[in-house]
Amino acid sequence: MQRFAYRRASSTASAVHMARSATEVNQAHAQRPSTADTAVQFIAGGTNMTDYMTLNVLKPATLVDISRLPRESHARIESDATGGLRLGALVRMSQAEDHPVIRGSYPLIRDTLVLAASRQIRNMATLGGNILQRTRCEYYREPSWPCNKRSPGSGCAALDGVNRQHAVLGTSEHCIATYAGDFAQALIALDASIETLGGPRGARRIAFADLHRLPGTTPHIEHTLAPGELITFIDVPAGPWTVRSRYVKVRDRESYQFAVTSAAVALHLEGRTVREARIALGGIATVPWRARQAEELLKGRVLDETLAMKAAEAALVGAQPRKENAFKIPLTKHTLVRALLEAQAMQV
Amino acid sequence: MSQSDDSEDGAGGVFSRRGFIRGAASTAAVLPLSARAVAQAPTVAPEAQSPAGTDVHTVTLRINRQLHTLSLDPRTTLLDALRDHAGLTGTKKGCGHGQCGACTVHLDGERILSCLTFAIMADGHDVTTIEGLSADTGALHPMQQAFIDHDAFQCGYCTPGQIMSAIACVGEGHARSAAEIREYMSGNLCRCAAYPNIVAAIDQARGSQEN
Repeated sequence: MQRFAYRRASSTASAVHMARSATEVNQAHAQRPSTADTAVQFIAGGTNMTDYMTLNVLKPATLVDISRLPRESHARIESDATGGLRLGALVRMSQAEDHPVIRGSYPLIRDTLVLAASRQIRNMATLGGNILQRTRCEYYREPSWPCNKRSPGSGCAALDGVNRQHAVLGTSEHCIATYAGDFAQALIALDASIETLGGPRGARRIAFADLHRLPGTTPHIEHTLAPGELITFIDVPAGPWTVRSRYVKVRDRESYQFAVTSAAVALHLEGRTVREARIALGGIATVPWRARQAEELLKGRVLDETLAMKAAEAALVGAQPRKENAFKIPLTKHTLVRALLEAQAMQV
Repeated sequence: MSQSDDSEDGAGGVFSRRGFIRGAASTAAVLPLSARAVAQAPTVAPEAQSPAGTDVHTVTLRINRQLHTLSLDPRTTLLDALRDHAGLTGTKKGCGHGQCGACTVHLDGERILSCLTFAIMADGHDVTTIEGLSADTGALHPMQQAFIDHDAFQCGYCTPGQIMSAIACVGEGHARSAAEIREYMSGNLCRCAAYPNIVAAIDQARGSQEN
C-alpha cells in the first residue's frame, strides 16, 4: 500500500477545508492531471477504499477521515411531514435496513441493503460511501492489466477478455465495467437527490440521476462531484409507489454476492392498472440505470405477465453484449418481469 | 481458545512454531509474550516495524477491556494491529479483502471486518476479540461451548470469526430461524463446509445468550 497522510475531521466544515487544502497541494505536485482528482479521498466505513488501497488500485496521498463527524446530525434517518426520507451520509447500511420507516414504507430500499454484502460490511459501510463505490471489474481490481478507468489511456482488457460479469447498457469502447451497487438502484428509481458541501459554489443539491457519469471516453471520471466535494445527505421524496416496491437480485451464489442482474421496481396501482411505475436495473449497466421507456409502456395499462415482458423488452433496447455476457439480456428481462409481478402481488 | 493460543505461543516453556519465528526474527533477545500475558496488563507495543521516516501515530485501543497504546503506521489494519502489535493472534487473517469473514471482531459491540478497518480509525474505541469472550474463571462463552458441542469446525481457521459473528448475529436478533442464521452468517466462509453444524451451534447458543 502506498503511504498516505491521515487527517481526522471533526465537522463537515473542517472535512471540506482539509480536503480542499490537500487537493491544492496535490494538484501542484501531481505528475498526471488524472491523479489529482483521486489524490484526496474521504473515508468513513472504508470497506471499498481499504480493499482497493491494499490492492494498489487506489493510491490516495491523503485520507480525510469523516467517520467522527457528529453522528446526531450526520448519521440520522428522518422522515418529513410528507413521508419523504432524509438520510445522513454517515448512516450505516445496517442502521438503515433495520429502521422501521424504511422497513415499512420503503421496502425497495430495505431490500437493496439487506441483499448487499454481509452484515459485517453493512455495519461498517455508510450510505454516502456506498453510492460512490467502485466497480468490481476484475481488470480494474488487478493493476497488471490495462484499464482505462484505473489508468487512463491504457486500454480495456475486458472488451475481449473474461466479460461474463460486464455491462451491456451504458458501455463505450473504452469501458464496460459494471456499476456494482444495489442501493443506488433504489435511489435512482425513487428520484432521490443528494446534498453536498465544498462544491464549486459551496453547498448544492444534485439529482441522484445526475451523479454518476457514463464512461464515454473518460471512464476514470466516475461522477460529477468536484475534488473534495462531500456528500452530506441523501433525500428520497415520498410517493404513492414507495410502499409497493421490490428489489429482485439474481446472483451466482444465494447471499454475499454482487448482482448478475437485478431489478428495482416501485408501483402505484389502481386495481390492476398501473398509474405510475419506477424501474431501475442493476448488474448490467455502467452506472445506476433507470428504465424510463419501460415505465412509460406500463403507465395506464393493466399489468400482467405479457405486458411485463413488453416493458422488459423496452428496457433492454440498445443493449450491447460482448462475447460472454449476452445471457444477461434475457436474464434481465425475466428478472424485471418477476420484480413487477411480485410487486403487484404485494399486500400493502 | 486461549489454551490453544498459549501452547501456540510457547507459554510454559513449550517450543512452538510462533515462538520460534518470533525469536528467530528478532536480533535482540526478546521473550515471546503470550496472548494471555498481553491481555493481563496494558502494554506499549514495540516500535512499529516500518521504515525510518514513516508517519507513526499513537493509537489507543481498548481491547478486551484492557487499554493498549500502540505506535502504528496509518496503513496498519486493525487486524494487523491486533495480531502483530497487541499480540492477540486469535483473530485470523483469511483473504485480507473482506471476502471471508475470518477477521471478524466486535467494534463498540458490533461485528465488523478488522482487515478492512484502518487501526487509526478505531483509535479510542472498544474492540472485542475471541480472546475476550471467556469469563475470568476461564469458563467458555456459551457460543464457544456450542461450537464444541456441535463440532462446528474442522480445520478451525475460520472459527474465531464465525464465533464473533455468531454472537453478534444472535445479539442483533437475526438468528430466529435456520434460514435467517444462514443469511446473516453468509459473510463468514468455511472452506471445510461445517455450515450445518455452525447453524446448529448458533441455534443452541441463542437460548443461553438471550436468557
